[in-house]
Amino acid sequence: MPDWFYYLIQQLLNGLTLGSTYALIAIGYTMVYGIIGMINFAHGEVYMIGSYIAFIVLAALALMGIESLPLLIAGALICSMVVTSAYGYSIERVAYRPLRGGNRLIPLISAIGMSIFLQNLVRLAQGSRDIAMPNLVRGGLDIGPTTGFHATLSYMQIVIFVVTLISMVLLTLFITRSRMGRACRACAEDLKMTNLLGINTNAIIALTFVIGAALAAVAGVLLGMYYGVINPYIGFMAGLKAFTAAVLGGIGSIPGAVLGGILLGVAEALTAGYFSAEYKDVVAFSVLILVLLFRPSGILGRPEVEKV
Amino acid sequence: MMLRNLKPALISAVVVVILSGLLMGIRLQQQGTGLVLIGGGMDVAVKIGAAALFIFLFNLFRDHLTALWNRVPALPRTPAAISILAARPAAHRLMWCFIIAAAVIWPFLTNRSNIDLATLVLIYVMLGLGLNIVVGLAGLLDLGYVGFYAVGAYTYALLSMYFGIGFWTGLVAAGAMAALFGFLLGFPVLRLRGDYLAIVTLGFGEIIRILLNNFTSLTNGPNGIGNIPKPDLFGLEFSRRASEGAQTFHEFFGIDFNSVHRVMFLYFLALVLVLFTLFVINRLLRMPVGRAWEALREDEVACRSLGINPTAVKLNAFTIGATFAGFAGCFFAARQGFISPESFTFIESAIILAIVVLGGMGSQLGVILAAIIMTLLPEIARQFDEYRMLLFGLLMVLMMIWRPQGLLPMKRPHLELKS
Amino acid sequence: MSGAPLLEVSGLCMRFGGLLAVNEVALRVEEGQIVSLIGPNGAGKTTVFNCLTGFYKPSAGSIRFRGEEVSGLPGFKLARKGMVRTFQHVRLFKQMSVVENLLVAQHQHLNTNMLAGLFKTLSYRRAEREAMDRAAWWLERLGLTDVANRTAGTLAYGQQRRLEIARCMVTRPTLLMLDEPAAGLNPKETADLQELIAELRDEQGLSILLIEHDMKLVMGISDHVVVINQGCPLADGTPEEVRRHPDVIKAYLGET
Repeated sequence: MPDWFYYLIQQLLNGLTLGSTYALIAIGYTMVYGIIGMINFAHGEVYMIGSYIAFIVLAALALMGIESLPLLIAGALICSMVVTSAYGYSIERVAYRPLRGGNRLIPLISAIGMSIFLQNLVRLAQGSRDIAMPNLVRGGLDIGPTTGFHATLSYMQIVIFVVTLISMVLLTLFITRSRMGRACRACAEDLKMTNLLGINTNAIIALTFVIGAALAAVAGVLLGMYYGVINPYIGFMAGLKAFTAAVLGGIGSIPGAVLGGILLGVAEALTAGYFSAEYKDVVAFSVLILVLLFRPSGILGRPEVEKV
Repeated sequence: MMLRNLKPALISAVVVVILSGLLMGIRLQQQGTGLVLIGGGMDVAVKIGAAALFIFLFNLFRDHLTALWNRVPALPRTPAAISILAARPAAHRLMWCFIIAAAVIWPFLTNRSNIDLATLVLIYVMLGLGLNIVVGLAGLLDLGYVGFYAVGAYTYALLSMYFGIGFWTGLVAAGAMAALFGFLLGFPVLRLRGDYLAIVTLGFGEIIRILLNNFTSLTNGPNGIGNIPKPDLFGLEFSRRASEGAQTFHEFFGIDFNSVHRVMFLYFLALVLVLFTLFVINRLLRMPVGRAWEALREDEVACRSLGINPTAVKLNAFTIGATFAGFAGCFFAARQGFISPESFTFIESAIILAIVVLGGMGSQLGVILAAIIMTLLPEIARQFDEYRMLLFGLLMVLMMIWRPQGLLPMKRPHLELKS
Repeated sequence: MSGAPLLEVSGLCMRFGGLLAVNEVALRVEEGQIVSLIGPNGAGKTTVFNCLTGFYKPSAGSIRFRGEEVSGLPGFKLARKGMVRTFQHVRLFKQMSVVENLLVAQHQHLNTNMLAGLFKTLSYRRAEREAMDRAAWWLERLGLTDVANRTAGTLAYGQQRRLEIARCMVTRPTLLMLDEPAAGLNPKETADLQELIAELRDEQGLSILLIEHDMKLVMGISDHVVVINQGCPLADGTPEEVRRHPDVIKAYLGET
């Protein structure tokens, strides 16, 4: 096999890694949008907070002398998910619930305010500088010839795929099998009607924010460990990318968010690999704009019929 | 009643501890290649405890507090006589005259740094007024407004760098260029629904910044452009020595050179630009275009059924809003003498949006007031500078909850039926 | 009157995915006529309206207005041709004043040149003055002069309904399309509305297409009635003919 083939494989692997974490964040956007029709602009910051908690917990566990990798990752995941769930819940309770049922722009502005607030809260608490962490999961599998040019699937990438897959499976089981999941789907169909049927829709909406936040935390832990560097500003871009992924897949659709995330991740990795890393953000935004212009309902979304 | 609130209150307190415990209580610190953790110590723990206790008590006595709040007599409303008087156009005009007169006299009574600060306020007033057209009047949430500001600033900077164009030509060019960008970008996106439009404009704003950063050969990239010429007054320069073939202000009037003159000139220039903006917007508001903007914000479907082309009207608002950002950008570039993509981040868009929201969407006076508050507060309270953005964010959320119509909501003009 | 009718619809179909909401509906409105479109709830009346006014693009069929094919044109262009509608749920510009609502509606007739407005040229002022006079005339006509400077959202429901009609009238339409104008009105207000519709036709030379559930109003005022049921045309004729039509009775009362 020629070199270019392994180079392409490498870019695709990188893209899939990135894309699967985008998908995790995008699910939060898509679920919230599906139920209350608002863009939770502060969702990216929840992801960023997830990363910080992961770093704190990993450092703390390492200081305690725990070296078992699964234990470290599990500890980081659990703590981070608990804290971000609290953030998801509080954000909804404080900044969005009082505004429900009004003009669409008002909750969006509130969400932007929340995003700025959280970003600066973390900046004040943790400083604005980059924080780097040594690579915990080293090594990987070589694909192709052992000598010469080859692609590498790092163990960290495998961890990312496995954890993402488990999260998705759990989410799907929850949504399709559990009582609460059924209530969630009912809310997405018709919030008012579900409420009239005696389901506490406020609780369901809060639950949606909590689930979204917990998945964003998973992404935060994984991407934080993958890149090894975090700062208080990573949430903004990641949030935008994930939103793009959600729109690309069809906002409101969970499989769509996964598909959109992976496509966007691959598109970015290919741009960075073949063109220039500086323009990968431009690619993401261009994808967003093009999708909205030519297929606003996304790949798997339902077209909206205007009610007159 | 208290018992009923006990459980939610306890839960809220626990949530507060979870929210802040790890994130605020422990600080990550880089040490070599490793990380160390620094505990916040006693005082942080006490603060978190106090916050939790406060939330606990607040939720526990929630019902009492609401009752108490309801018993507080409402603020005395403005007497009817005064509000009727204030609504009269003559009174309105008089008030504006006072404001303008104050703005003209004021720089002679204060010092240089205050004038400089006031000039900054005026730039934000101009940006706020421009964005107000798009967001407040036409109801299009534009999160990439700073992109047009950047286009204006770079248009002047580049034209002066490559072609030696002066400020006044540059001002027109910057406005035209920003309008062109507004028109071209607006054309495809304006069919989108409100919240999608917001995100797409945000994307456009970021794209413009990223391009400015990466087109190093043209824009000098992150290093920015320096030595941008200052504005002149009908060919009179505000420098100690005139450049070739020009004359300086102090020579022409036969007075001693004083660097304050230039600061004051910039202030007055900004004031003129703001007044021009106000004049144009006020006219537009009472024109068919302005009414159509507001109608579109209220109900797009009804607009279409009455023969108004929504895309054309939106495009109009978008373009005109962008033009004012272009003017502001040109002035900003001339005042600073140096620009770089750093000045045109999303946060800047958010600040301008915060000004519009705080002031009251659609309200001119509100925007002016909000621009003053937003720019002056962090200057006055220097020790709060670090908390500035934190407070901005908080303020935006609280305003949306308590007073989405803003500090000074827009008043409907009273129209006489018979002439 | 010779030549084509004012509005002629034939074979109109509207499909949403697998659902055929409107199937081969035909209707015609002659100049100066009041035509009513009736049918049980969910029959597809409003969908027909939405097709006629350009909010939906019909899947098939032709819509001819004054002999010209207009199906598929965007809504604002249809409105400019003189087909103006009201809505089942009142859609006013709620935060704008009553006069402003009427001024906005005259947008298409005004001088929208920016420079003319900025410099307040003579022709611009004249156009604005005329718009104001027309607004004032219609406010007077519909008894809304007292509330001219109130914001539209604060009006009583009956007043809002009338304002919506006034807002249509200032656009100088030839065909006025009313979607359940009597919904939510009390019997007295409904009687006034019936009188108003008849007067608009007689004084302004308007043609009117009406969707209405109030049979007393429909039967009292219409020159012609079209009945649709489940998207299909059911009957078509004068109020008397339609009232006696066995299928209509069956559709409204069920099988007996």
